[in-house]
Amino acid sequence: MTFRCDMLLTIRSLTKTFPGTRALDRVDFDLAAGEVHALLGENGAGKSTLIKCLTGAYERDEGVIALDGATVSPRSTSEAQELGIGTVYQEVNLLPNLTVAQNLTFGHEPTRFGMVDRRAQRRQAEAMLEGYGLDIDVGRDLSAFSVAIRQIIAIARAVALSGKVLILDEPTASLDAREVDTLFDVVRGLRDRGLGIVFVSHFLDQVFELTDRVTVLRNGQKVTTERTADLDRVQLIEHMLGRALENEVVGHAKTHVGRDRPELLSFENFGRRGHVEPFDLKVGEGEVLGLAGLLGSGRTESAELMFGLATAHSGGARDRTGVLDLSSPRAAIAAGFGFAPEERKEDGIVADLSVRENIALALQARRGWARPIPRAEQLRLADEYIEKLDIRTSGPEQPIGDLSGGNQQKVVLARWLAMNPRFLILDEPTRGIDVGAHAEILRLIQQVTAQGMSILVISSELDELIAVADRVIVVRDRRHVAELTGAEITTDTIVRAIAAPDRELAEPSA
Amino acid sequence: MIVLRRVTPQLLTLAALAALVTLFFPDFLRIEVVDGRLVGPIMDILKRGAPVGLLAVGMTLVIATRGIDLSVGTTMAITGAVAAWSITQGYGLGGALALLAGVLAGLWNGTLVAIVGIQPIVATLILMTSGRGIAQLVTEGRILTFSHDGMAFFGSGALLGIPAPALLWGLTAVAVALLMRRSALGMLIEAVGVNRAASALAGVNATVLLIAVYVASGLCAALAGIVATADIRGADANNAGLWLELDAILAVVIGGNSLLGGRFSIAASVLGALIIQTVDTGILLAGFPSEYNLVIKAGLVLVILVLQSPNLAHHWYALRRAAQVRRERAMGAAKETGR
Repeated sequence: MTFRCDMLLTIRSLTKTFPGTRALDRVDFDLAAGEVHALLGENGAGKSTLIKCLTGAYERDEGVIALDGATVSPRSTSEAQELGIGTVYQEVNLLPNLTVAQNLTFGHEPTRFGMVDRRAQRRQAEAMLEGYGLDIDVGRDLSAFSVAIRQIIAIARAVALSGKVLILDEPTASLDAREVDTLFDVVRGLRDRGLGIVFVSHFLDQVFELTDRVTVLRNGQKVTTERTADLDRVQLIEHMLGRALENEVVGHAKTHVGRDRPELLSFENFGRRGHVEPFDLKVGEGEVLGLAGLLGSGRTESAELMFGLATAHSGGARDRTGVLDLSSPRAAIAAGFGFAPEERKEDGIVADLSVRENIALALQARRGWARPIPRAEQLRLADEYIEKLDIRTSGPEQPIGDLSGGNQQKVVLARWLAMNPRFLILDEPTRGIDVGAHAEILRLIQQVTAQGMSILVISSELDELIAVADRVIVVRDRRHVAELTGAEITTDTIVRAIAAPDRELAEPSA
Repeated sequence: MIVLRRVTPQLLTLAALAALVTLFFPDFLRIEVVDGRLVGPIMDILKRGAPVGLLAVGMTLVIATRGIDLSVGTTMAITGAVAAWSITQGYGLGGALALLAGVLAGLWNGTLVAIVGIQPIVATLILMTSGRGIAQLVTEGRILTFSHDGMAFFGSGALLGIPAPALLWGLTAVAVALLMRRSALGMLIEAVGVNRAASALAGVNATVLLIAVYVASGLCAALAGIVATADIRGADANNAGLWLELDAILAVVIGGNSLLGGRFSIAASVLGALIIQTVDTGILLAGFPSEYNLVIKAGLVLVILVLQSPNLAHHWYALRRAAQVRRERAMGAAKETGR
């Protein structure tokens, strides 16, 4: 079968069903050479299924995939690569303990007399990285480099091995702003070389910045394909959610800003050498505190200190009744703290256990092993939160590892809400989750604080902090440098506070 | 019901093995009453399987935390030696002191793993290599024999016609399994095994739990050591429990428990131990020359593991598909050249 050859990749009526669900329902998709094409949709919309059908991880039930006009049916990732379809995932699937050169030539090592020819391998690797603007020693271990550089190396490998279609699945999820720019330069360079690039991301700003066209999937069906320039943010979100989103980010009532709210906790001169400089922080009842700053600025470190993951070298915390023991997570939990960490997979979920067990875990740990929570009670808890937080799961007994990122995050939140802590720390609660779940989580934060819980939100998305926070603490170089309240909280003021040293340096020379 | 479904593969394996052995030795399933005791190959398996069965109970818990305990075989030797020593010295309390030695061994392993942070396979290797030396120090290099009816009961006694060792490991398995599932211990151990960091962040006392499973393993090893010592009425520091840690690990694996930790089933591990003992006893009963035993056992274990492997179906499917693709390609190439 042949197709119009003006498209590099043509997909027609692609259908894939799993027991109980139709993951893809007659989806059409076109990718031209020399374009960046965003693939958008909420969790469970069918993005990953589509990609897996393209890369041979799944076999499609119906439909046609044509590359350069010829039908293809890749049966494995390597077959897809040979055909010209390469993929780079969010969690880079390279081997950190091998050198860059070994990673780049893995499976295709140049050999001499049956042995790997190290010099040729090096040359080949350097040639592969040419044009990516990287000046690195390919003889060093991959683990020596940042995630951004690893991502670019993964792209270089994918492009060299396949060279027609490049699929980027959430490539920017763990990059900071500057790294994202570097990555985008690389992607634009590849586009100009004539590759067709599929870009999957939850960051709408990045979609607008980088892509030429957008295809939106919803519940396994294609909603629309449009030129990115013809769309605005609201339209795009409407396509994704299938309903006019009242307010994308929940309108924030700045009315309840209160320095007059009763104080819940206070940290005094609280710090740890090499971690975060001593800081003072007062937390009001029902207050949402925001912690803003770049990656590595001391945001997460502050949270870890408060939750007892690291012990403080100076100062302490107290509430109305006296000094609090925050020497370990267990002590912090006993003091009424909760902490949903940034690395959901590593530190948040217990993958093989069920949704029910994951929700009950913290509660059970507090009650002690000898007083098990009755199964009926666990189920009631699970059902309650599955409904309350709209957790998409086949049931309370589904292993949490099978859920999508946003739903896993909701389960971790449910675990802490079930504990009813007085002070809950959320580190990047919306990272890597879709727009719908994003708004839901922000709404949830407002709900629980209305009932008196105090929350500390760490986020690199300023919009989010502006939307929910009563007060924003700005962290820079491991120091709490600014505190913004109420109407002072704007993108502009936060960015200026984060960027302050550069400005101070720039001013005298101006 | 859930337990039954979980252990179905092990039960089927056991049934198939029993059928196989019966082919060679028709009286395999016969049980007689002699002097008020149940006697027969099955009872023999239940009795002989006691040490590995006991070790498998503790090993299951350790493996559920993503650990492994290589020291259980030598812990049997130490605890057996301690029991025999205290009896020959006239202190009595042999059993209690042996259990105490088992707890100490477990505390040592648990501390190395949970507090010092040594990988379990290395941490328990230390006691595995040094343990027989410790046992020899206790026995002063001799085989310490004793005669003590209370102690001997655990090796050759019987209650209600059932051999005491069989009773001991059956009760231990049931008690531990009930403790795990009736309390929250089972879930907490599984959580620590799957993700220690996340569990600790949720407030689970992972360090104490880890130490506790090694102590449980040490206790089970002590019970096994008592059985082994009572059986021969003497402590043999060189041979008691020799290589049994490997059989115990094998029993846990045949029980379908993942060496990567997490979900565990004590019932399945104990059935795994029974399967191993049935193979051992079955080979002897079937009358093969003894030099064939280990080879046949290895072959049977391999077959059991392969049949239970969930990957098998996938591999079989993939192989067939690959062959099909190759055939199609070959035909396509033939057409090309023909043209």
